[in-house]
Amino acid sequence: MRKNALNTLRGGAAALYGGFAAVAFMVTLGTSPWTTEATAGGGDDWKAAWVRPTSVPFPEENPYTTEKATLGQKLFFDPRLSGSDYISCATCHNPGFAWGDGLPTGYGHKMAKLGRRTPTILNSAWGELTMWDGRKDSLEEQALGPIGGKAMKQDVSAVVEELTAIPGYRTLFNVAFPGEGITLENIAKALATYERTIVSGIAPFDRWIAGDQRAISAAAKRGFDLFNNKANCAACHTGWSGTDSGFHDIGLPDDDIGRGKIVKNVVKLQHAFKTPTLRSIAQRAPYMHDGSLGTLKEVIDHYNDGFTRRESLSDEIKPLNLSEDEKADLLAFLLTFEGDDPAVVSPVLPANEQVPGAWLQRLSPAAGGKAETAECRTARLHLDHCN
Amino acid sequence: MKVLLVSIMLVLAFAANAIAAQTVVTQKGRKFSEKKIELNVGGSIKFVNDDDVTHNIHSTTKGHAFDVGAQKPGQTIVHTFGKAGKVKLRCAIHPKMKIKVTVK
Ligand code: HEC
Ligand code: HEC
Ligand SMILES: [Cu+2]
Repeated sequence: MRKNALNTLRGGAAALYGGFAAVAFMVTLGTSPWTTEATAGGGDDWKAAWVRPTSVPFPEENPYTTEKATLGQKLFFDPRLSGSDYISCATCHNPGFAWGDGLPTGYGHKMAKLGRRTPTILNSAWGELTMWDGRKDSLEEQALGPIGGKAMKQDVSAVVEELTAIPGYRTLFNVAFPGEGITLENIAKALATYERTIVSGIAPFDRWIAGDQRAISAAAKRGFDLFNNKANCAACHTGWSGTDSGFHDIGLPDDDIGRGKIVKNVVKLQHAFKTPTLRSIAQRAPYMHDGSLGTLKEVIDHYNDGFTRRESLSDEIKPLNLSEDEKADLLAFLLTFEGDDPAVVSPVLPANEQVPGAWLQRLSPAAGGKAETAECRTARLHLDHCN
Repeated sequence: MKVLLVSIMLVLAFAANAIAAQTVVTQKGRKFSEKKIELNVGGSIKFVNDDDVTHNIHSTTKGHAFDVGAQKPGQTIVHTFGKAGKVKLRCAIHPKMKIKVTVK
């Protein structure tokens, strides 16, 4: 079974920090007045494909636990994962920009310019392959990449050592992975578990799909029709999150061949990149793997007739002949994906050790190694029973 | 005349045979109709694109790699498996579409 019951998750959610996207997602779902049946019936079959899922899928190899998600959140926000102790995952995957960085392409260790734009990690629980070119099979496999790479430039084996020196992490790992503790694999599992809990909040579009006719404007409704028909966007941007998780060449003119470098000799994979989610799209400019399109209007103009024709171009990309009014309707529709995702509170991170062992000995030689509990290692200075 | 008739019958018999040894896989709604298929060496799969988007079946399994190329809606493609082994197929465009083929 790949899908975990919502209940499991909801139980764990309380322990996560408030204002956390996943909490809002689950709580809202739990109290939501609508159901899948209510929207799928009544001749509105075309709407059924857009209904939000009711649970987050977690893989069998790494099932959800609150402890893993809590630990993963701390790791995600902790710059000590990087070589400089200055860059965290959240530096680039910034919740304030819907988990991107607002830049055409990111900057890593010592301001090294990265080759591609930072993608959002929203709704990645539903993904198939990760990265723009799908070169990593899972979130677990992806998680250690940036730590060792240009993004964070940490000697990966040093990460385990560095985290082990932080008492709070020793405790958190022991609770999340009893009997296993701090390993690279467990760092990856915790990060991936946290990432899967990052789910878009309810957007006006969801309220409309659920039956609230006034949730979106008439222009946006016309835009939705264009999206599915004349503009053909839904050929690739399908499902509640607006992605088929697939790879397509949409005719951006740069030299990056994307998935073509990973899977060779497939014509249609030259210049092909992963279809991004459309959730919180206005929050995530500039657009595309190279950040080359600054606004949604530029994106629409690109699809209308601005694309590069070549053999690898997707068969779903054709001149659209949209009028200016139609372009405006399409834009109005895209903006209905702006959800009321709650503010994300940065977690309190485990403190560095205050009392290194050697110094401790000097401080209270009488202790002579006794009472070496985790509590005493940090609290010796103010707890009598440790001295 | 007689010779012609016999040869037509032969061709028909052959065609019927080929169809019998063939598994048909459809792709409507960006889903393969099968998840696992077992075949004998020389057996084939007929992929029907009854969907409304282009698909592209391929495999990167070592020793069995192939790419059938872009398959537009309405097109049919037959792929024959000439070697024993386990072959993983995906749609190159829609990686959620996958099949495991065991060739015996
Ligand atoms: C310096 C900026 C930067 C940092 C730091 C960074 N990332 Fe990324 N991240 C990127 C870029 C750029 C990509 C896309 C690279 C590509 O596809 O070639 C990416 C891709 C991803 C993806 C794939 C998303 C998808 O849709 O396929 C995930 C997941 C991810 N990062 C998680 C993390 C985690 C976890 C960390 C911390 C351990 C991290 N990132 C640190 C910039 C960064
Ligand atoms: C052939 C499949 C396909 C079709 C059809 C398609 N898209 Fe896309 N879309 C993609 C892919 C793939 C990307 C990423 C391309 C890249 O960066 O190289 C993308 C990117 C985008 C982005 C930027 C997302 C981001 O995070 O950078 C927006 C917005 C978008 N598409 C909207 C639309 C609209 C609106 C339409 C219809 C007019 C449409 N798409 C039609 C596949 C498609
Ligand atoms: Cu496909």
